[in-house]
Amino acid sequence: MNLHAIKAIYFFEMSRTLRTLMQSIASPVLSTSLYFIVFGAAIGSRMGDIDGVSYGEFIIPGLIMLSLLNESISNASFGIYMPKFTGTIYELLSAPINAFEIIIGFVGAATTKSVIIGVLILLTAKLFVDYEVTHPVYMCCFLFLTASSFSLFGFILGIWADSFERLQIVPMMIITPLTFLGGSFYSIKMLPEFWQTLTLFNPVVYLISGFRWSFYGIADVNVGVSLFMILIFKLICLTVIYWIFKKGYRIKE
Amino acid sequence: MTNSIIQINSLNKIYSSGLSALKDINLNIKRGELFALLGPNGAGKTTLINIICGIINPTSGQILIDGWDNIKAFREARSLVGLVPQEISTDMFETVLHTVNFSRGLFGKAPAPDYIEQVLCALSLWEKKDNKLLTLSGGMKRRVMIAKALAHEPKILFLDEPTAGVDVELRQDMWNRMKDLKDQGVTIILTTHYIEEAEQMADRIGVIDHGQIIVVDEKEALMKKLGKKQLLLTLQMPMQQLPDSLKGYELELIHDGNEMVYTFNSQQVDTGIAQLLKKLDEADIAFRDMKTSESSLEEIFVNLVKKQ
Repeated sequence: MNLHAIKAIYFFEMSRTLRTLMQSIASPVLSTSLYFIVFGAAIGSRMGDIDGVSYGEFIIPGLIMLSLLNESISNASFGIYMPKFTGTIYELLSAPINAFEIIIGFVGAATTKSVIIGVLILLTAKLFVDYEVTHPVYMCCFLFLTASSFSLFGFILGIWADSFERLQIVPMMIITPLTFLGGSFYSIKMLPEFWQTLTLFNPVVYLISGFRWSFYGIADVNVGVSLFMILIFKLICLTVIYWIFKKGYRIKE
Repeated sequence: MTNSIIQINSLNKIYSSGLSALKDINLNIKRGELFALLGPNGAGKTTLINIICGIINPTSGQILIDGWDNIKAFREARSLVGLVPQEISTDMFETVLHTVNFSRGLFGKAPAPDYIEQVLCALSLWEKKDNKLLTLSGGMKRRVMIAKALAHEPKILFLDEPTAGVDVELRQDMWNRMKDLKDQGVTIILTTHYIEEAEQMADRIGVIDHGQIIVVDEKEALMKKLGKKQLLLTLQMPMQQLPDSLKGYELELIHDGNEMVYTFNSQQVDTGIAQLLKKLDEADIAFRDMKTSESSLEEIFVNLVKKQ
């Protein structure tokens, strides 16, 4: 295994984050904090509890997931799209590294950045809402699995995209609506039966539900099912990436 | 250890668009030589380089780099090769030192600050090591591309039109760097539009056109074999047409009949010059000056490509 290459890609990507600290880390933490202030501290106090949890506490896992998904996707997609855009991908393709090592470097860096943002949001939330984490190990597990799975998805997106517009379209038009409608701000049990059934086709429901369970021990769907769904999603992403590198899709003629 | 550091056998490339970019290429690059690959735009030079470096997949054929198959043993093969691409492609927000260190790591080498300093000094980049790439001039960026290609101490260096758009002074400087690398034992494969570059630098020359290698030979041998020699006579009186007695010679009147050009084969024992001068004397054609000239590599190249 070419460990030096993995290290080079990983730290090259991480240094980009440090170079753009405000945009990469401060901006998502600040915008999510605004949700805590508005929906948690201000409006939340006037709303009733959901499954015995105050509204301010209830929305924390969903809001972390919202940031985590978007950041994982955009970090990983941008990481691989930029070399394609600037032409520096020639160096990756001519280096003695395989697809697996490239993925560890890029996806590893994107996952690290997303987890850092997730943890910072979690710590920031404590300033506005008093919450406890019932299952911290599971919480870390969900955080890591979600960040790495969606970073893999972002990597695919970065390879597929041939313009900055396409790079933005999936997080904006698909991921954000799915997260908002996936129970970030409400329990899906509050929906009419038909919509409850329909919502189960939204994969983000399983992520938010599992993550919320790790905080408060309450879930819309079984926690085992949530974990299973994340692993299935990761497996699908890995299969697609394997195919991409085998065929050279959009990276190698 | 064979004498060939790169062996290309029956290489073909057909792009998904149906364009046949390379047709049955067979080529050996000798260890330690400077090989110039010439060809007009779209001839297949960059495709060939990109396939050797692993950037493009071949349709069929085999490439051995120092005995390693560049697909089956890609790690061993690629670690021997450095590439300076035609386009200046860099992460503009990175510093010189960071991007060169990144290239070294990517090729599986542990950090070597002393070696990197040596490379940057040789390319007059050490003073700029902490500068962001976007602040550098075009020539400096091209030097950075060379530094990146050399960062992992390759045995083979591909330079795809390295002096395109570079001023005369910098071009000369780059030629000196190439000579230094060659002296250090690096095999250099150079593609260029500047035939003068190939003429000055190359040990051997290959010409590619329409995806096929037309000729490969030692530079001197190529110029001897395919070059023509000409005798230029400046006439005392201009002539309108050649007399019948000179019709058997490959003669041409130029500059309104003020000069006469005789093209001959310098490889032949009898060039025909002595006889021609005798005939001119018999025909009372006087000349006041004469000189011989040899075709340049550029003329040879143009003739070769025209024939295709």
